[in-house]
Amino acid sequence: MTPALSIRNLHKVYDSGFVALKGIDLDVQQGDFFALLGPNGAGKSTTIGVICSLVKKTSGDVSIFGTDIDKDFSLAKKDIGVVPQEFNFNQFEKVFDIVRTQGGYFGLSSKLAEQRAEKYLKKLRLWDKRNQPSRTLSGGMKRRLMIARALVHEPKLLILDEPTAGVDIEIRRSMWQFLKEINASGTTIILTTHYLEEAESLCRNVAIIDRGLIVQNTSTKSLLRQLNKEVFILDTQEALAELPHMEGYQGQLIDNHSFEVEVEKHQSINALFASLSLHGVHVVSMRNKTNRLEELFVSLVESHSAAPVVQISQEGKQ
Amino acid sequence: MNPQEQWIAFSTILVKEIRRFTRIWLQTLLPPAITIVLYFVIFGTLIGPRIGKMSGFSYIEFVVPGLIMMSVITNSYSNVVSSFFGTKFQRSVEELLVSPVPNYIILLGYVIGGVCRGLMVGLIVTLLSLFFTDLQVSHIPVTVAIVFLTAVLFALAGFINAVFANSFDDISIIPTFVLTPLTYLGGVFYSINMLPEFWQGVSKANPILYMVNTFRYGLLGITDINVAWAFSMVIGFCVALFIFSLYLLDRGNKLRN
Repeated sequence: MTPALSIRNLHKVYDSGFVALKGIDLDVQQGDFFALLGPNGAGKSTTIGVICSLVKKTSGDVSIFGTDIDKDFSLAKKDIGVVPQEFNFNQFEKVFDIVRTQGGYFGLSSKLAEQRAEKYLKKLRLWDKRNQPSRTLSGGMKRRLMIARALVHEPKLLILDEPTAGVDIEIRRSMWQFLKEINASGTTIILTTHYLEEAESLCRNVAIIDRGLIVQNTSTKSLLRQLNKEVFILDTQEALAELPHMEGYQGQLIDNHSFEVEVEKHQSINALFASLSLHGVHVVSMRNKTNRLEELFVSLVESHSAAPVVQISQEGKQ
Repeated sequence: MNPQEQWIAFSTILVKEIRRFTRIWLQTLLPPAITIVLYFVIFGTLIGPRIGKMSGFSYIEFVVPGLIMMSVITNSYSNVVSSFFGTKFQRSVEELLVSPVPNYIILLGYVIGGVCRGLMVGLIVTLLSLFFTDLQVSHIPVTVAIVFLTAVLFALAGFINAVFANSFDDISIIPTFVLTPLTYLGGVFYSINMLPEFWQGVSKANPILYMVNTFRYGLLGITDINVAWAFSMVIGFCVALFIFSLYLLDRGNKLRN
C-alpha cells in the first residue's frame, strides 16, 4: 500500500545558516497513528512545515499518498489537514466563519462547508460558541477550533503539532478520545507532543527526532520493550518502619505507606509480590514512577547527544 | 483544483474581504465620505467660485472627477495592504498557504476585494457629489474602464506593500510619503496647463496624472494628456505588478520560511 507520507533525504537549512533537518527518511503508513517526538528545536515543526508547505525544503523528496509535492503540491495538500502549534486564525472572525471559510479554500460548496462546520463544531463541543469571535475562546477551545478547521475538508492525513499543549487534563482526554475515533474511521494521524503519556496511549508507531535526524523509528511496543528497567511505586496497607525485604530487588522507602522498587527487564513482578507476601507486606496499589516512554525518550536523546550521529533504521513497525 | 473548486475558493476569499470592510464600515466607508464632502464644501462651494473657470468648467465640476479618483486610489490600496498584512500579522495567512488554492486565485481574491472597496467608496463619493454639482458623463466606456483599471493597479500595489511589510508602520509609509503627494500633484485640483513648461514635464512623470485626466476625460470630455497612452500605461503597470505579485507569492517572500 502507498504510504500516507513518505520522506526521503529531507534537508532544511534556514537563511540564518541553521541546519534544521540533516537528511531524514520517514514513512507513515495509511491508517497509522504516528508520533513524531523530539526535544525543542529537534526539527519536528520544520518537518511538519515542509509537509504542509509553510516551510520551503532545501532538498529531498516528500510524497503524500504517492503524490510528490514538487510535482503537484495542490493535489497533495487536498489530503492534508494541519493543526499548528500556534494559534493562526483571525482573532476577530466568528468561530463558525473560520471553519466554513477553510472549507471554501478547499473548494467545498457553501452548503457542504456549512454542514461540515456544524458537524465538527458539534463533535468538538464548540457549537454553542459558533457566533462568538474566536478571540473570546479559552485556550482549550482555540485548540479544538483548529482541529475542527483542519477536519472540515475531511483529509486523509491529519497532522497535529502539539495539539494538547496548555489544555487541562479533562479536555485533553476528551480530545484523545476524539482523535482515536477519527483514526478508527481511517484517517492517518501524525502527532507531535511533549506529553509522552499521550504518545504512548494513542500512537502505534513512533519516530524520535533529535538535532535534525531520526534517531529511532519503530512501533511504540517495540520501543517500550527496549526499556531495561522500570521503577514502580507501591502503596501498602500497613505502615512501614523500614524498606521491606525484597530478594534481588533495589528499592527505597518514600514514606511510611509507600516505597519504590526497580524491576529489571529479566526480573518478574510475580516474584517481587511473592517476596513481599512472604514478609507480610500487603500492597494496595502500584504505579510507574515515570511514564515509560518518557524514560526511553530521555535515555535515547541523551545517548544521541553524547554519541556521534547515526541514523537508526526502521524496525519492528506495525 | 478543478475550475469549479477554484471559483469557490476565489469567491470565498472575495466574500470574506467584502464582509471584512463592510463589517468595519465606520473605519472603511464613512471616513472617506466625510473627507470628500469637506473637500466639496471647501474647494467647491467656498473657494471654488473665487477661482473661476478651469478648462471651461466651474471649479467644483473640475475637481469632482479628481476627488472621486483620489478616493478610489486610496481605498483600493489601503484595503489590500491592511487586510493582507493583517492576515500575515495574525498568521491566518497560513490557512490559505496550507490549502490547495493556487497563488493566482489568492492574489485575484485580495485584489478584487480591494477593487470592490475602491469602487464602493468611489460610488459613495459620486453620489455625494450630486449634492454639490450636476455630473455629466461624456464617455461611459472610458470612465468605467479607467476607474476599474486604476483600482486594480493600486490594489496590486497594496498587495506588494503588504508582502514586504514587517510592521504596521511599514503599511503607512507608502500611502503617506508616496501615494498622497503623487495624488495631490496628479492634477486632482488643477490643470497642468497652468504650470510652467518645466513643471508640466515633471508632472508628466507622475502616473496618477494620467489616471485622473483620463477619468476627467470620461466625465467632462477634457484632458491634459493622451488618453490612449494613459490606457496603455495603466494596463502595462497592471500586468507588471500582477506578475511581480505572483512571483512574490510563488517564492513565498516573508510568507513561508
